[in-house]
Amino acid sequence: MPRGKIELKNYVESLSILDADGNVDASLEPKLDAQELRLAFAAMLRARRYDERMLKLQRQGRIGTYGPALGQEAASLGPAFAIGKNDWLVPSFREPAAMLHRGWPMHKLMLWWGGNEFGSVVPDGVNDLPICVPVSSQCLYGAGVAWGCKIRNDGTIAVAFTGDGGTSEGDFHEAMNVAGAFKLPLIMVVQNNHWAISLPREKQSASDTIAQKALAYGFNGIQADGNDILSMIAATREAADRARKGGGPTLIEAVTYRLGVHTTADDPKKYRTEEEVECWRAKDPLIRFWTYLLAKKVMDEKARELLEEEINNEITAAVERTEAYEPDVLEPFRHSFATMPPHLEEQMMQFQAYLESIGAHPGRASNDKIETARGIH
Amino acid sequence: MAEMTMAKALNLAMREAMAEDKTVMVLGQDVGKDEGVFRITEGLLKEFGPDRVIDFPVAESAIAGVSVGLCFTGFKPIAEMQFSGFGYHAFHQIENHVARFRNRTRGRYTCPMVVRMPYGAGIRAIEHHSESREAIWAHLPGLKVVIPSGPRNARALLRASIFDPDPVMFYEPKACYRAFKEEVPEEPEVMEIGKANIVRPGDDVTIISYGASMRPVLEAADELEIEHHIDAEVIDLLSLVPMDTETIVASVKKTGRVVVVHEAPKNCGPAAEIIARIVENALMFLEAPIERVTGYDLVMPFFNLEKFYIPDAHRVVTAAREVVSY
Ligand SMILES: Cc1ncc(C[n+]2csc(CCOP(=O)(O)OP(=O)(O)O)c2C)c(N)n1
Ligand SMILES: [Mg+2]
Repeated sequence: MPRGKIELKNYVESLSILDADGNVDASLEPKLDAQELRLAFAAMLRARRYDERMLKLQRQGRIGTYGPALGQEAASLGPAFAIGKNDWLVPSFREPAAMLHRGWPMHKLMLWWGGNEFGSVVPDGVNDLPICVPVSSQCLYGAGVAWGCKIRNDGTIAVAFTGDGGTSEGDFHEAMNVAGAFKLPLIMVVQNNHWAISLPREKQSASDTIAQKALAYGFNGIQADGNDILSMIAATREAADRARKGGGPTLIEAVTYRLGVHTTADDPKKYRTEEEVECWRAKDPLIRFWTYLLAKKVMDEKARELLEEEINNEITAAVERTEAYEPDVLEPFRHSFATMPPHLEEQMMQFQAYLESIGAHPGRASNDKIETARGIH
Repeated sequence: MAEMTMAKALNLAMREAMAEDKTVMVLGQDVGKDEGVFRITEGLLKEFGPDRVIDFPVAESAIAGVSVGLCFTGFKPIAEMQFSGFGYHAFHQIENHVARFRNRTRGRYTCPMVVRMPYGAGIRAIEHHSESREAIWAHLPGLKVVIPSGPRNARALLRASIFDPDPVMFYEPKACYRAFKEEVPEEPEVMEIGKANIVRPGDDVTIISYGASMRPVLEAADELEIEHHIDAEVIDLLSLVPMDTETIVASVKKTGRVVVVHEAPKNCGPAAEIIARIVENALMFLEAPIERVTGYDLVMPFFNLEKFYIPDAHRVVTAAREVVSY
């Protein structure tokens, strides 16, 4: 055989619909009615204000370490916005926009960052997995969920999220390979926010794009403008369509930027310049989408004010609810197994005696505790 | 002598070793430019350059596996897992290669590497950042498991681990990184791996612990003496593998009463091994059943409840009083 170029049946595309200045390529605009557009904007703004409040709460010592997703609202909302209620969302830890849109009550996310398991209890009626900390480990159960969807043949699909750093983990590649090999209805969204703590994207991998990694696993990849909500919705709709029709997985690389700290324990000044951040601030997903909505006359300043107020009220109520939460100190024992084995029963009794001896109040109930129990059984 | 935190002492040990031996390298996530998420590798990139201090992609299995290959080519890697909770990704490389190469090649290839990881609770960290799973590594034949408890022994033991001809899992109690300072000698100091330290001599009861639990244990020992006139002998193991059976047994023969303390869960935890050795070597000297003060056999609770679940001085005092009054 002579030497030749191998043609691959799969391909990598790029997609940008609404640019940083609010100019739109009308030929690519996804179909969204005025109400949907307003909803998408509201969801992004809600996530932004939530992040801002969380950073304040952290500074005041009212929650623990916090990892904001400032600047990534479109990248994480788009996929959640474009799938159905019965589809599955498999988040990492930088998708508050997606989770809030899917129906996670805000106070639950606050409780998670405040160090309470209740923040991991998936609300009834939501087909999601909770926040996942070990980078890219969720990709594999995401593939498993997609497999289950395929076997059940009920038309549902799964969307899993990870980050640019996450593409270096074996779990990511194993999930990609399994998804390709078994043609699973999985959309793998990589939020390429250019940084994995202090490691820049170009040092994470020598690949020119993250999207092209799909080719190695036998499916299509698309590099979408992750700061453009329209691109993210369009890319996900297409991928979802393909997945539902048995066409298998898609990798969506959402090109975005982490405007804030990695977490509140991080100091980005050590590894990146303020100029770089400023340059990305100009590409803020909210600013361009707002420009677009104003031009479309879908919203006006008055509507924005009302929305801001509504969101502010929601956040304030969520903070109150979070701070009223009183965890049941014994609860970790109750949820270790379906039936508590004798050795744990014994340990729980010793623990209760210890709590009494230090004057703590074991087993104090709260409404949320009852909710927790319901969520688990 | 200079006063420093454990964070600084660990940093010093690496700096000294890297200056002396050009084959010593540091690999890990954010260890270079960011100087480590706990700043343990502060200044190393500046001093030794990017060929020796490697900002690694987010891939723990690769950090461990690549280190094995570096060992074969004459290097001494110090591999950092950002948190012990993510060291499990490297488990397969460590169990299947790091721990076995010397034996299976009859010494032709060895892995003189250190795997450093911060472990333990107490800093109100999010999920997966607070576990104590040292028993997992201690169970794997071919690995040494070293756990310092303060600045001075941290520096001396890390140095010993770097220059040890065999792989060392080096568990760093992150709650102690900046909790207190200690005098550390000017000159590099080495401690023998596998030797325990009698931190506090006593006659009434032996309290055995290591790492992060040493602080509540010493607090308890003071309280036992002042409030209850119980004179506790406190042993800091410093290394789980090899374990200093001799020091443990000698103390038990003297006191006849034992409490073992660790943050790790109880079931098959290090205390079980410690107690087995006592039973094998000093059963007839025991005057009371041995008590274990450990973490419960539970997934580590989220941080809002962690303070209740970490063994504290109060639990140690209660256990010691029970053992003494038996
Ligand atoms: C398996 C694993 N290793 C290390 C960490 C610590 N860590 C948390 S986030 C992070 C960087 C992840 O980068 P990326 O995937 O780009 O996501 P981003 O933080 O940028 O959203 C690291 C190393 C972790 N959580 N899990
Ligand atoms: Mg990233």
